[in-house]
Amino acid sequence: MLALMGYALTLVAFVLSLYATGAALWGGWKRNAAFEWSARNAMLAIFPLLTAANLILMYLLAYNHFEVEYVHSVSEMEMPLYLRVTALWGGQAGSLLFWSWLMAAFAFAVGLRDWHRDREFLPWVVFFTSLTLAFFLFLNTVLEPPFRRFWLLPSGKIEAYLFPPAGAKAFYPRNGSGLNPLLRHPGMVAHPPFLYLGFVSFVIPYAFAMAALVTRRVDARWIRLTRPWTLVAWLFLFLGLILGSRWAYDVLGWGGYWGWDPVEISAFMPWLTGTAFLHSVIVQEQRGILKRWNIVLIILTYALVLFGTFLTRSGVLSSVHSFAQSAIGPAFFIFIGAMTVLSVELLRRRWDDLEGKGGIPSFFSREALFLYTNYIFISMTVVNFWGVVYPLVSELVTGEKASVGPPYYERAMGPLSAVMLLLMGLATLAPWGRVHWRRLARLMVIPSLVGLAAAGWAWWAHYRAPGALLGFFLLGFVAGAIFYDIFRGAWARHRVHKEPLWRSLWRLFTRNRRRYGGYVVHLSIIVMGVGIIGIEFFQAETQRTLAQGESLTLREYTIVYDGLAIFNTHDGRQVARAEVSVYKDGQKVAVLHPRQDYYIKDQQPMTIPGVYSTWGEEFYVLLVSWKPITVEGATFKVYHNPLVKWLWASPWIAILGILIAAWPERRRKPATARARARRPASAPAPAAG
Amino acid sequence: MENRKYLFGIFLILASVVYLIYSSVKAGQEYFLTVDELLARQEEMIGRKIRVSGAVIGDTIFYDPEKLEVRFTIAHVPGDLDEVEAQGGMAKVLAEAVRDPNRSRIEVVYYGVKPDLLRNEAQAIVTGTLGEDGVFYADELLLKCPTKYEAAAPEAGSGR
Repeated sequence: MLALMGYALTLVAFVLSLYATGAALWGGWKRNAAFEWSARNAMLAIFPLLTAANLILMYLLAYNHFEVEYVHSVSEMEMPLYLRVTALWGGQAGSLLFWSWLMAAFAFAVGLRDWHRDREFLPWVVFFTSLTLAFFLFLNTVLEPPFRRFWLLPSGKIEAYLFPPAGAKAFYPRNGSGLNPLLRHPGMVAHPPFLYLGFVSFVIPYAFAMAALVTRRVDARWIRLTRPWTLVAWLFLFLGLILGSRWAYDVLGWGGYWGWDPVEISAFMPWLTGTAFLHSVIVQEQRGILKRWNIVLIILTYALVLFGTFLTRSGVLSSVHSFAQSAIGPAFFIFIGAMTVLSVELLRRRWDDLEGKGGIPSFFSREALFLYTNYIFISMTVVNFWGVVYPLVSELVTGEKASVGPPYYERAMGPLSAVMLLLMGLATLAPWGRVHWRRLARLMVIPSLVGLAAAGWAWWAHYRAPGALLGFFLLGFVAGAIFYDIFRGAWARHRVHKEPLWRSLWRLFTRNRRRYGGYVVHLSIIVMGVGIIGIEFFQAETQRTLAQGESLTLREYTIVYDGLAIFNTHDGRQVARAEVSVYKDGQKVAVLHPRQDYYIKDQQPMTIPGVYSTWGEEFYVLLVSWKPITVEGATFKVYHNPLVKWLWASPWIAILGILIAAWPERRRKPATARARARRPASAPAPAAG
Repeated sequence: MENRKYLFGIFLILASVVYLIYSSVKAGQEYFLTVDELLARQEEMIGRKIRVSGAVIGDTIFYDPEKLEVRFTIAHVPGDLDEVEAQGGMAKVLAEAVRDPNRSRIEVVYYGVKPDLLRNEAQAIVTGTLGEDGVFYADELLLKCPTKYEAAAPEAGSGR
């Protein structure tokens, strides 16, 4: 009954989304305000409906209603409550409903904004948002409803339908089949929501971009309006990616953080184009150029968001992420194709309206450097895209079944990342407008010294691979450029305004939050870079079978195998938990408990490492096996992962940076209290400089 | 004049990206082959990264827990899933492959812990290189249990 109610709510939401799409189109076309507002109101109504539908599904999950097919497939009684509830996004049907819910929430927020100054955008933003929503609600209601329940057919078969077939009796399974053990991890609980929030948030700037095209109001207004959305999208996508890699590090038991899995890449690509977009819109706001390019980027990002959702959820490529397979593939394919064609056709028709004012003034200006970074982002996207589709291309073109593995990505992305870092530093230093290369060269002196110092430190600390030394130089260079630029700004204020340096620094940040927030985000990327270089270039591993009391040494670390306990838990696991003492340079530093959880019902083992973590390195111990030998002997695999903790620290800095950049500005002259409360504020454009 | 400079620059970037992709594909390419195909193209494939799938012959499994060395022989199974279905499903195909003495076979060496699923009539998917001695050196070993073929997840034991 409850399941049917959930379905009915979703169905009404679907009908409303179709109505909102149609009414917005009609209203916008005929300039009929009544239809436009009606469309918006319909779009607003979808959010509460989907909230109810999602809460119902959560309730069904929490209270073990295994007669519902979806609940049966992702949950079981023994799972703790938090995992049962969050199994909402543990499987395909539920996660698609969850996607729609988040999308509806963003549509709701956008619908409620004060449209006074941007009235002409309204119908078209509603149109493109509702259309996207309608597609997902189509999946939720027609192709993949999560509310189907089991029925016992007269033939004795048990099948899942929304409504009982003739003569069928309700069927109640005693327990569910449980969530895939690999997904029972806090990182996996948080990872999909963040990724999805990032995904859906990019739909808003896309909708505004399309609205700008339709209405020919193609100045930077749409960009300014959607900047908070873009920043939020970027941050959530970034956090989603990091959470995912943290999960892989903690759960998959292979000592790595990123495996160039097609599904990882499909979440990475919209982040790449989104980052490019975030930067090139600044150039449009400042200089009135790159208008077409920005539209292209947001269309690309939108298409990649859909492609990413499709890859994660359609099972078209086999990978650790694609647990489910179903028929939603063709639907996604058609929708992505149709939206891309529609968007590109709109762009083509408005091509002449998007003529930029003037060109790039010189090769070493900030706008030029922003453009180069854009090329690199796009090149990276192309590299990744090519890698993902390579198996298809290879089979179609050469008839050879082949794919590309991590070496392909590492080899191609390495040099691109190095160039990117260089450009990141240069763009920080370069002024807007006409710039002579000599001026830029002078500005580069101090950051280059910082870079050399960083490389020198790396040499001294025995991080001596040539690629790594170059990497550390570049990281130092970028960090030096950022601090140098901040210092120059603060110093100039200090001299002009005769105020203390700390106050100048504070004013500098508060008056130009986008720029300096951006710098903080760049610092987080540098911190991340330190971690990536550490693990990519200097990871070491070894494995051995140890009898109790025996030891194994890797670099300056030694582990001693103290003992092993095997026990069963009430949630259906057999746990083998080893105890090892970790010695560094002969000093005992930690006792770790690497373990293997064997999920009896799923017949699946899960390897949980024991990790000793410092800022210098992480020592990562896996209990690989104990069964083939005896309880006394166990096989361990150990990894030495230098500097990887920096990678885990970087998102916190990024959050800080985005908060600085995107925090709503207090408006100077609020029209009414209500408008102020509703309006997502737009910060004033930063001063050129 | 200015425009031409830009076009030249864009061309340069494009060319280097294409080269980067091309050379990285060469470096990172993994071929998916059947045992038959691998043996037919043995010369050409030595040293290249290959993924090959076959049926594990139980009698050949050898494990040295001290050196963590796993050796076994796999027999050819068709690479095309439709063909497998036509022959009665994966479980049946694997069983037949093991019984048939005329099937082409190849010896596999893997350094690591012996996975539980490594047993007679399992489907092994090994990634690695073919040595000049005709032995396949696997860096990664995935096993699929034929009876639970649909639900089977990769076994922990892939060494990466």
